[in-house]
Amino acid sequence: MIWDAKHESMPREELRRLQGERLKAIARKVYDRVPFYKSKFNALGVKPEDINGIDDIAKLPFTSKDDMRDVFPYGLLACDLKDIVEIHTSSGTTGKPVVDAYTQGDIDLWGEVMARTLSMGGVTAEDIVQNAYGYGLFTGGLGAHYGIRRIGATCIPISGGNTKRQLDMMRDFGSTALTCTPSYSLYLAEAGKEEGIDFSKLPLRVGFFGAEPWSESMRADIQAKLHIKAYDIFGLTEIIGPGVAAECECQDLLHVFEDHFYPEIINPDTGKPLPDGEKGELVFTTLTKEGTPVIRYRTRDITYLTREPCPCGRTAVRMHRILGRTDDMLIIRGVNIFPSQVEQVLIKMDGVEPHYQLLVERQGTLDCLEVLVEMTEGLFSDELKRLEQKEREIEDKLREALLVHSKVKLVEPKSIPRSEGKAKRIIDKRSI
Amino acid sequence: MTVQQISVFLENKAGRLAAAASVLKDNAVNIRALTIAESANYGVLRMIVNDPDKAMAVLKDAGFTAKQNPMIAVEIDDREGLLFDIVNLCDTEGINIEYTYSYVETASKKAILFLRFEDTGAAVRMFTGRGYKLLSPDEVCKI
Repeated sequence: MIWDAKHESMPREELRRLQGERLKAIARKVYDRVPFYKSKFNALGVKPEDINGIDDIAKLPFTSKDDMRDVFPYGLLACDLKDIVEIHTSSGTTGKPVVDAYTQGDIDLWGEVMARTLSMGGVTAEDIVQNAYGYGLFTGGLGAHYGIRRIGATCIPISGGNTKRQLDMMRDFGSTALTCTPSYSLYLAEAGKEEGIDFSKLPLRVGFFGAEPWSESMRADIQAKLHIKAYDIFGLTEIIGPGVAAECECQDLLHVFEDHFYPEIINPDTGKPLPDGEKGELVFTTLTKEGTPVIRYRTRDITYLTREPCPCGRTAVRMHRILGRTDDMLIIRGVNIFPSQVEQVLIKMDGVEPHYQLLVERQGTLDCLEVLVEMTEGLFSDELKRLEQKEREIEDKLREALLVHSKVKLVEPKSIPRSEGKAKRIIDKRSI
Repeated sequence: MTVQQISVFLENKAGRLAAAASVLKDNAVNIRALTIAESANYGVLRMIVNDPDKAMAVLKDAGFTAKQNPMIAVEIDDREGLLFDIVNLCDTEGINIEYTYSYVETASKKAILFLRFEDTGAAVRMFTGRGYKLLSPDEVCKI
């Protein structure tokens, strides 16, 4: 079902005209109201009046995650603070968190794009949606919540975790739709099976999964185990949260809601736009956001776009699920992790040298992070129990810093391969 | 009186024990007794050698993490119940054994028990006070 046929299926030429008008307005607005953007525009010698259509977007400056941190907390605000009704931030595990400040108009927009997302999987006012994304600063929970409410479906705002209760609610209230991370859906499936739940007998029929990378084989697994259709959804705090792009009933590539969030693919080294079908860095511009509009945000995610017509009738450009990262960020169970965070923890510990490697594997349904740490004189003991104590101690410190559990394994000195003096920090064995 | 034990960190991977053994062989270090403590991912090779200082130096040169620590070497007539006697004595005296391993000399019918204690000083006093023979580093070299 198409929630907003006018915009989602707009003839492409008309859509481009609409995007052009919106870009013009947003360029003017950020230039006039956001000193950060005024100086960025000025540095490139570009003025709002230079923007006369969507193709002029390439004239505008990029925004990086570091830029966003530099202007923390209110530096991207394009309206009066009194007009902000809600604030969300990223987890901030890698430094200052990224802030998304919403006006009432932005919250309404968020509800709209999430209503589009859920409608793609056939959710209507008749449905009971169990929203198992975490509620709070994380955009997943409330973003999905606003979409569920916008459609007029029944929302069960159970938030994340508490698996036993999730299963009880699902049975007792007859949830028909589920929103959570893909790995958690499989966890629910397995916990349910242990409890003797036959999912084919439950009313649950559809799920919307995002906030971490997953794959076609994982989709097949989720669909078979939960007896539902599983849809991939995409979003990021820097832009609005979930509701930036989503799969339609064809379950093939994600339609970007490009009348609000304009995507580009660029060469990450040169910054030059790339044609459809070519892989590069995904860049987003918010065309209609009021609180914290963002111009050409470099996501560092790698994917490609296609404007080939989709059988569903929507004309909106489609993106492939994220294929990789331009930097060394790892996403584990929805949490962003950088090797430098591990380094910071190890450097502070007595007797530990920052010689380490991160190994990621998907064991069963969950991502597992193993941290290899090279043995040193200061760490070593002839007694195993002391070595094991050290491993636990490093694990605890890493958990505090990374917010995800990792397993520490002590390895022999110099056993982590170094090439030209630089160690290979990440081995990602997930086949997704 | 104590003797020096060498312990070496080894990952649980094929060829690592051989690599350590080959370093000792190439440098003519003689192993008098050894044991390996292992967990799922790694092991600790512990040994008594004829020349601990040389063993340390050559192992470190070869890139191993190694360490020395004091052990008590008790020499005693080889007979039934020997382990019980020693352990029971430590228990009664409230002295905690971390681990132990042994060496049996067939010719002289003597056994040597190598013991690692939390409080080595207290253990030495206990054994000498009760007339046990503790081997010196030189005597260990000669076994």
